[in-house]
Parts: sequence; C-alpha cells; structure tokens
Amino acid sequence: MNYDLREICKDIRCDIMTSIGHLGVGHIGGCLSVVEALAVLYFKEMNIDPKRPQMPGRDRFVCSKGHAGPAVYATLANRGYFDKKELLTLNQGGTNLPSHCDMNRTPGVDMTTGSLGQGFSCAVGVALGAKLADDGATVYAMIGDGESQEGQIWEAAMFAAAKKLDNLIAFTDYNKQQIDGTVAEVNDIAPLAEKWAAFGWNVIDVEDGNDIEQVEQAVEHAKLGRDSGMPTMIILNTLKGCGVQWIVDLGSGNHNTNISEEQAAAAVREIRGED
Amino acid sequence: MEMRAVYAACLAELMEKDKRVLVLDADLAKASGTLGLYEKFPKQMFDCGVAEQNMASIAAGLSSYGFKPWIETFTPFATRRICDQIAISVAYAKQNVKIVGTDPGIAAELNGGTHMSLEDIGVLRSIPGMVIFEPVDDVQLRAAMPVLDAYEGPVYVRLFRKELPTVFGPDYKFDLFKADAIRQGKDLSIFVSGLLTADAVEAAERLAAEGVDAELINIHTIKPIDRETVLASARKTGAVLTVENHNIVGGLHSAVLEALAAERIPVCAVGVEDRFGEVGKLPYLRQAMGLTVENIVAGAKKALSLK
Repeated sequence: MNYDLREICKDIRCDIMTSIGHLGVGHIGGCLSVVEALAVLYFKEMNIDPKRPQMPGRDRFVCSKGHAGPAVYATLANRGYFDKKELLTLNQGGTNLPSHCDMNRTPGVDMTTGSLGQGFSCAVGVALGAKLADDGATVYAMIGDGESQEGQIWEAAMFAAAKKLDNLIAFTDYNKQQIDGTVAEVNDIAPLAEKWAAFGWNVIDVEDGNDIEQVEQAVEHAKLGRDSGMPTMIILNTLKGCGVQWIVDLGSGNHNTNISEEQAAAAVREIRGED
Repeated sequence: MEMRAVYAACLAELMEKDKRVLVLDADLAKASGTLGLYEKFPKQMFDCGVAEQNMASIAAGLSSYGFKPWIETFTPFATRRICDQIAISVAYAKQNVKIVGTDPGIAAELNGGTHMSLEDIGVLRSIPGMVIFEPVDDVQLRAAMPVLDAYEGPVYVRLFRKELPTVFGPDYKFDLFKADAIRQGKDLSIFVSGLLTADAVEAAERLAAEGVDAELINIHTIKPIDRETVLASARKTGAVLTVENHNIVGGLHSAVLEALAAERIPVCAVGVEDRFGEVGKLPYLRQAMGLTVENIVAGAKKALSLK
C-alpha cells in the first residue's frame, strides 16, 4: 500500500500535539523533529505487520532517544498497532504509553529505551542478532544529537563497524538543541559526519531531515549499502519542534514543555494549514 | 580444577547444545578461561573490547532477538561500572542476560583496590528482578550452570576464578533458590557465601571441638535469599553469624538482617567493615580485612554471647 507520507506526517504531528496537550507537558520539540523519519520507516520501508507486532524476521526500530516515545506511539497508532484513542492515556498512571519507550508495554516497540546511549548499543545487539539468525531483517535506530555526547554511543559505533553490521541503519536527529542550550554551546559534537566516517560508517548527510523526499532518498540510498560491510548513519539536519512555530521559537526550551489543550488544538490547526 | 575451567567447560557444553547461547567478553576472555572457546564457537563468542557498557546493552539487544547471552569480565566492571546498563537495558527491559563477574572481593589480589569489588552484591541487590548467585566449589558450579541457562531472566554470577576446596560431595543436588545446609547444629547458625565457605567449615569444626554445635548453611543465592531456610535455622538456634567476602553493608549480612528484621535474634558479621580493598595476596588480605578462620570462630562466640 502506498501512503501519502506528507499527510501521514501531519497526522502524526497532530496526534503528538493532542496527546501531549491532553497531558499538559511533554517532550514536544524532539518528538516533532523525528516525524519524517518515523513516517518513512513505518509507512514505507519497514517489513512489519501491525497485527503481528512480534513477527519473527521483521525489521526493527530502536528509538534510542527514548523521550521521543510520544512520536513513536503516534506513528504506531496511525499504522494500526493500537487504537488512536489510547494516545490520550500518554503518561497517565497504568498506561501502555509511558514517556520513554517500553518494549514490555507498547505493541510495536522493539526496545526499552530512556537512559541515553543504551538503546543504540541494544540496536547494535539486535543487528548482530539478525545477522546470526540470518533472517534478512534490517535494524533501524534513532539517536539524539545531545545523546551523541554519551560515550556509549561511540563504543557501539566502533563495535558495529568492526563487526560489519551492514544491516544497521541509524539516524541522528541533529536538531542542534539540548536541554541546557544549543549542542554547540553545551558540548559540541561537530564535525558529526566526519566522526561517523572516521568510525567506519557509511554516512549520509541529509540537508533537511524534515523534508520527506530527502529522508526517503537517504533511506533508499542506505539500503543499497546492505552488503557493503558497513553500517550507515543518516544525519538528519532537523528543526526541533518542526511544524509548530511557537514550539520552534522556544529553542532549547522546547525539550520538555508545558502546553494547554487550547494550545494543542491551535497547533493542530497550524499543522493542518487551517489558520 | 580451577573454577574458570569448570565454568568454561560448562559454557562449551551449553553452546554445543544450543546455538542461541552466546558469550560476550570485554577483553578478559583469557582471564575468564574462555579464550580457547573462540575457535570452536566463532558464531557464538564475541569480544567487545574494553567497552563493558556497550557489551551489556548489546547482550540485551541479542536477548530481545531470542538469544541467550552471557557477559563476563572482572567483578567491578561487571557490576558498578555497568550498573545502569544492567538496571535498564537488562533488568527493567526484562532481558535474559547472564552476568559473570570474576575475582570478587579479595580475590582480586594483586590488581588491588581499584579491582577489588566489595560492593558488587550491594550494587545489584537493589535492582528488582536480579538473581545473585555465588558458587562455592566446582561441584556446585557444575550443577548450577545448566540451571542458570534454563532460568529466564538476569542472573549475576559472582565467580572465583581459581581453585577452591571442594565442599559438596558427588551426590549434591542443586536448587538455585534453596540454601544448602552443610552441617546441622543447635547452638548458632552460620550463614556463609562464596570464598569463605571452606573457612567456615573449618571454623565450625573448631567450634565443635570447643563444645559449640554450629549449624552451617551456604547461601549460594543471595538474592532472592532463601528466607524459609534462614528463618527456620535462626529460630532454631537463636543466634546468627554471617560470613562473606564483601562489605557487610549491602551484601549477605544485609540480606540476612532483612530476612530476620522481625525476629529477636542477635546477628553478628564477619565481612569487610565498610572499607576499600588494597593490594596483596589472599593470606595477607584475609588478615587485613578480618576474614580468617579465627575471625569466624570469634564472631560465632560473640553471637553466642548475645543470646
């Protein structure tokens, strides 16, 4: 089935705003910046079956920046893993949708993440598992730019290249913002592409990681490297808060933001182009 | 036979039988006695290099794919160094990873204070779902390995690498969650784990020669502790001594105290008195840390005097 990915992105963004707006607070900025990548993976590239979330041999996605959980849940709900109504239970006591991704709670979530750096190593382990099982699965992972300050990221990077895990395609959500300021100010990770190349990765630098066509092309290109013996890092130059201007304008303040239901409703109109 | 040789032979059997069993190293396969297995099991053994955090989380990823990974390194790196990875990637995510820490406590000997983990049990004991197992001899280790493999969930194995005196006989039956009575007695209960078990046996014999009838129980699984056995023995004898190659804060002593918190029974301790380790050979370290047979005899008499 061919989906209109632009419309899917709008749906996911609206559901992120509605679910976090219903709660009143959440990691809005870093959810909105990864929407295009999630849409391309779950609605085009990944071999998955929402009716069989544990399907053997399926492609996997590890959201190592676990605080983008609400974006993952909005994507999964739109893809049919569970009812969209459940999105309104986000972060409520007893929910299946906790702030950070939990593989034991949410259908479709492949790995528990939240302690930054660890999910990426887990993804490397999953990719190694897929190689050993020889089932042809591709493993995708999303890491944050602030998360890239964790030493464990680079331990995993070294190992994945050394073990030639070319079934691993990772993304960096390079939105240039973290909690205490810009990434450049706090502890600069630049030059990022050069770092990944130096670690033995095939690197694809996407100028606009919130442009659906550019993300699609990058993933297609990455898949060509399936037998290259090298894992691929797709650096997505994104906008933290993309799609909702006042969130973008908060800058580093949009990492974890208070929001009213009225503000969320206005954001939905903005995303839909109704204002 | 060295404990690591038994351990490696058991791992080889498990890997032979089940291709899902994997072993991950952090540049200490040689020390763990498993380096020789790389040739025979090239698709089941992986050296992650000096990157323990990565090793632990990779193991969790492999477990999520249906594999049964064992990770191994020196005790301090297998526990305090990767505490968060064990807590989140492994335990919180409910992954089936076996964690083997070698050279626990004073066994680190010439590697000294930096490598002498006297807190590893305490570090991991507060993580929900962790099983903490410390084998006392080759017989118990051999019996335990297939049981650990069959158990689904995270287990920390606190493994002395070298030769240990054999405590258990050929008819020994192992239950991961049941403590083993080595000697029945009526005057006091000695609960011992790991390296000091053989010393406790000797101490119990000396006590017997002095007319003190000590019950000696090996607590091989410190978490979850066998409360039933601990309570029954303590209630029977009315005095308790714990003996461990670990800080008395957070280890076996703490676990026994928790089990006996509601009882009016004195509990004394032979263990490391909340201090860091230091370099030296075992005889020196036993003296310096207060972990000798004489310390155990004296501790038992103190517990008796408090009855």
